[in-house]
Amino acid sequence: MSNESSQPGPAEQAPAEKKDSQAALHVTAFAQRFGIVIALVVLCVALSIFNEYFLTTRNILNVLRQTSINGILAIGMTYVILTRGIDLSVGSVVALAGVISAAFATTSSVAGMAGGPYPAGLAFAVGIAVGIGTGTVCGILVARFNVPAFVATLGMLSAARGLTLIAADGRPVPALTDSYRWIGTGDIAGIPLPVVIFAMVFLASWYVLSSTRFGRRVYAAGGNPHAAKVSGINVRRIRLAVYIISGALAGLAGMILAARTGSALPQAGIAYELDAIAAVVIGGTSLAGGVGHVAGTLIGALLIGVVNNGLDLMGVESYYQQVIKGVLIVAAVLLDQSRNRRA
Amino acid sequence: MDAPLLEVVGLQKSFGGVAALKDGRFRLERGTVHALCGGNGAGKSTFLTIIMGIQVRDAGTIRCKGEDVVFATPREALAHGISIIEQELSPVPAMTVAENIFLGREPVRALGRVDFRRMNEQAQALLDRLGFQIAATDRMGELSVAKLQLVEIAKALSYDAEIIIMDEPTSALGESEADQLFEAVHKLKAEGKGVIYVSHRLSEILEIADHYTVFRDGAFVEAGEIADVSKTDLIRMIVGRPLSEEFFKENRPTDEVTLSIDGIDASHGVHDVSFDAHRGEILGFYGLMGSGRTEIFERLFGLSECRAGTITLQGRQVQFNDPAEAIDSGLALVTEDRKESGLVLLASVRNNLCMASLPAVSNPTGMHPAAERDAAHRMIEMFGIKTSTDRLEVSGLSGGNQQKVVLGKWFLTNPDILILDEPTRGVDVGAKREIYRIMSDFASQGGTVLMSSSETDEIIGMVDRVVVMKDGTVSGVLSREEIDAETLVHLAA
Repeated sequence: MSNESSQPGPAEQAPAEKKDSQAALHVTAFAQRFGIVIALVVLCVALSIFNEYFLTTRNILNVLRQTSINGILAIGMTYVILTRGIDLSVGSVVALAGVISAAFATTSSVAGMAGGPYPAGLAFAVGIAVGIGTGTVCGILVARFNVPAFVATLGMLSAARGLTLIAADGRPVPALTDSYRWIGTGDIAGIPLPVVIFAMVFLASWYVLSSTRFGRRVYAAGGNPHAAKVSGINVRRIRLAVYIISGALAGLAGMILAARTGSALPQAGIAYELDAIAAVVIGGTSLAGGVGHVAGTLIGALLIGVVNNGLDLMGVESYYQQVIKGVLIVAAVLLDQSRNRRA
Repeated sequence: MDAPLLEVVGLQKSFGGVAALKDGRFRLERGTVHALCGGNGAGKSTFLTIIMGIQVRDAGTIRCKGEDVVFATPREALAHGISIIEQELSPVPAMTVAENIFLGREPVRALGRVDFRRMNEQAQALLDRLGFQIAATDRMGELSVAKLQLVEIAKALSYDAEIIIMDEPTSALGESEADQLFEAVHKLKAEGKGVIYVSHRLSEILEIADHYTVFRDGAFVEAGEIADVSKTDLIRMIVGRPLSEEFFKENRPTDEVTLSIDGIDASHGVHDVSFDAHRGEILGFYGLMGSGRTEIFERLFGLSECRAGTITLQGRQVQFNDPAEAIDSGLALVTEDRKESGLVLLASVRNNLCMASLPAVSNPTGMHPAAERDAAHRMIEMFGIKTSTDRLEVSGLSGGNQQKVVLGKWFLTNPDILILDEPTRGVDVGAKREIYRIMSDFASQGGTVLMSSSETDEIIGMVDRVVVMKDGTVSGVLSREEIDAETLVHLAA
């Protein structure tokens, strides 16, 4: 053996392995980051070729408006899934927050609160507070009592739906004030208000998750809760916070939905949690936690919106839309799996 | 004489054009234990994965009992009598020992009904033949790590394995538990099996192996009889240069008490533990697995709830309910299992390094990317972490470098007291010495080091005093002059 040839210092990983894992990193990162973007672009190009109506301002705004509610829910869901959790309650919270806030903003004396209608600002605050309330309950169950997120939020899915039906006595809350309806039907410079709100929620979440201490802690707590705890991160507080964020955003989405339809329906939002989860998963956020980005969620939500819209335009039955959505979800997770295998 | 059980010549394997294994050679005889030695990245893992049929070789021959073989899958390797006992065992905890041994090939009766009685009998007969004190009906989840390994060995033999590969089998064992394993290895030898033994613990290799083969940088370096070599020889072959000393110790303890523990209790029955630690001192904690070392560290660091006893830090009485408070007070804890509790594997080197110092590299409204980058680069340079960029996922680094990232994370918090729980576990000889140097430097610069270890050599080589733990209490405190292997083991057992 030769002493002079070998570099002093600890034996290190073979360069081969390092290089290999790095190359793999680039390839998967590329697929991860741009796979669904490419899918979205290809889909949009195809649709604009096959249907002259697709690429009109009106239709684009329509897609964005239809996407905004699912998009807002999906962004809240992203926080939760990043911490290895899941929030199944958002669909029910949409209805609960819608109905309760609507009660403060209806001109109907039967369905409304005594003394109403109240200013829209108060009604909105109430709706957000409802979401924060349900989110806090879920968060405490998960963070403090270690109830599996699936179970805690499944319980809330049922309970919040029941509370909605009780509060509304099983009937819609009709005749909302114009100022309340503005968040669903208004526009700023021609852009529908739901789209504006969605954009603001998205940009704020992008900043929070990628550029703040809190965001860093969310990723750490999801990536390895034990290591995060040892590093002085209060993992429980982070878990509580993400359910509150998801709940608050579900409340916001519920009010936009009620405002758009003009009355708050106690049956609103059924199965919305599934579309929200689908958007997150398609967007490349790992259900195992710690990996993902709201930008992916945005693309995931848009992809679902464009698929629905495109199939509508082409006159395809809505039954097929569900099949295609299913294929999309599984294809996206397969991508996620291949990434995890390499890691 | 029979053909050797396994004979490998000129094995090669490249990943993406770069050779991980350039010249793998190995020769395993019946009834012997053959140690495969080498640092991290020496090509051992690549070699083993090829033997096991997990990866396909680029060139070279493998002869199994004189017959040329090519394994495309682990199942084929198993069919040729090659079985591996992996470093991280993966039992099905809710199943019994017998169910685990016969997983996937349970004896069945009519209608596919599992014949539990026959399965239990066969498993028990096997365990008894090997002299393992394990009941076939025990649940896997209730067994110690050492017993789990014995079950794995039994499982390997139930497949009629003749070549048994053990990858770092003692990394999770204390010394008395390791003895159980060694007994089992002797039984395997007596039955004419061949054992390929991989371990970073050289004293163990000298104790148990008959032959050795050393790889370095993907190539065969030397092979021979263990009886002909010393530990120093092995280190020289593995590292590629003579390592003047295995340990590195230059710190001088002072009389100034920095941390004083009085009568504390901790989880898992740890009771009435007292000790003082001084500025400039490396204080060791020796004991068997489960003797309470980790529990004391967790209690100190605010990871388990407060119980009886007082902790005095720099003359101030403290109680930490939360690791964040401990970190603010100048404590740092390098946990035993870096994958489990030290690193976020899928996060970048930079994010891992900054994880315990977030307030220092941010303000409440946002992170300071430049401060984060500078901090990460400072640590990468200070510890010589080998990574192409600090944005690389930490899972892409070698074990020794990952451990340095954990150390870097804690040095970034500017600690006064550095707590290290088994800091060199699963780390190769060269990287070990760097960790010793880091500890020694830290203590020399006025820090206090608490270090637990299951290796008597490491305790003897590194610490100024040692607290010996047994069944959750302190069974003795020895000064550097008083420490010897016999006393340590005597106090711990």
